[in-house]
Amino acid sequence: MAQENVEFPITGKITSVNVKSGDAVKEGDVLCLLESMKMENPILAPVSGTVTKIELSAGQVVEVGDLVATIEY
Amino acid sequence: MSGFFETGFLNLTWGSVVMLIIGGVLLYLGIAKKMEPLLLVPIGFGIILVNLPLGGLMTTIVQGEVHEAYMVGGEPAGLISRIFAYGLTWEIIPCFIFLGLGALTDFGPLIANPKTFILGAGAQFGVYFAFFIALLLGAAFPDILHIGIKEACSIGIIGGADGPTTIYLTNRLAPHFIGATAVAAYTYMALVPIIQPPVIKLLTTKQERAIYMKPQLRAVPKREKIFFPVVTSVIIILLVPKSAPLIGMFMFGNLLRECGVTDRLADTAANAFMNILTILLGLCVGCFMSAETFLKAESLIVFVLGALAFASSTAFGVVLAKLMNVFSKEKINPMIGAAGVSAVPMSARVVQRMGQQANPRNFLLMHAMGPNIAGVIGTATAAGIFLGMVG
Repeated sequence: MAQENVEFPITGKITSVNVKSGDAVKEGDVLCLLESMKMENPILAPVSGTVTKIELSAGQVVEVGDLVATIEY
Repeated sequence: MSGFFETGFLNLTWGSVVMLIIGGVLLYLGIAKKMEPLLLVPIGFGIILVNLPLGGLMTTIVQGEVHEAYMVGGEPAGLISRIFAYGLTWEIIPCFIFLGLGALTDFGPLIANPKTFILGAGAQFGVYFAFFIALLLGAAFPDILHIGIKEACSIGIIGGADGPTTIYLTNRLAPHFIGATAVAAYTYMALVPIIQPPVIKLLTTKQERAIYMKPQLRAVPKREKIFFPVVTSVIIILLVPKSAPLIGMFMFGNLLRECGVTDRLADTAANAFMNILTILLGLCVGCFMSAETFLKAESLIVFVLGALAFASSTAFGVVLAKLMNVFSKEKINPMIGAAGVSAVPMSARVVQRMGQQANPRNFLLMHAMGPNIAGVIGTATAAGIFLGMVG
């Protein structure tokens, strides 16, 4: 099975984590919300598949390139 | 019974009732719909205050005669008319708001990708497009519209989506239009998420909207951020001298922010100072909108052409971005051209959202901030060009 590592495109603070490991996601589903530049930005699933790894918690500060989640498809 | 006749009831006119309703609608949009509340609430309440008869907030005296409504050139004698005269007519408030905006603006995305400067300039073509349409309409219906070249300038500038610039220019060229153009500019800025998407969709294919742009912009060193406001001021003001008050204050505010040794000043400029000016500006614009100055055919045409100016700025930005793609190897997502109107950060957000819809991998926010900020500089420069032309 192929897998894709989703990375943060922008620095910011996590406001909510919307999926957990083992969840099935569709392309375009919201993985988490990130507050950046005084806006809340959704981070979306680029492919449909199963989330195999997501280690985030609300309030965490993330940098560009940090791992959002790993999705197997 | 003279006390009874001194109440406002008998002096209410149909016009003032209509304006009271408009004031109420703006309050509703600001409070309930959260549309630009920091401006629509003061403007809405100002409209209500000034349209209650005999209040005297905007009293001006012209050759010994007392006028309830603001008379350009008269001597101000009311609470708000004094602020209007010395704050707006003397062009102090809009320029100092630019100081605050400068202190709030991070030019990083623009410096990281200077190509986006072109997009910010490109959107200004919409300003000139609306200017010519307004001019033509004015020439076609001279008896109804009374739109000459100066009025056309202040209608066109609405397309730049920049409130303080619009007010600054209108005050210089067509002060009797200030209520209509200010309200049009701020209303359309709030309506960016509604006006822009259909225009963008019309001009792009799904494939174009899905064009992926790498998230990481070049990290901009502090030294570049300090040099940028200084060098840009020198270049732009040498090119377009009349833009000096707006561009000068904008870049000075930004220097306070970036130089690293004036954080206290930058903080005041971006917060307390700007909030004070916003209160004064909102009240002044609202109080200018009495029935006799606002309820005219021209106001309606300002709103219609303002929307046209806005839509055409968006369109020119997108078309220019597509044109740039023809000539460059690394393709840009043409939607970021739409962010060349200067409604910061609303139009960048629109582009970000539409980019994600077309391709969930896309994250265009920072890419769109470049043209967005360039748009502010572009609109202020366009205002300077208009002033140099007819001011």
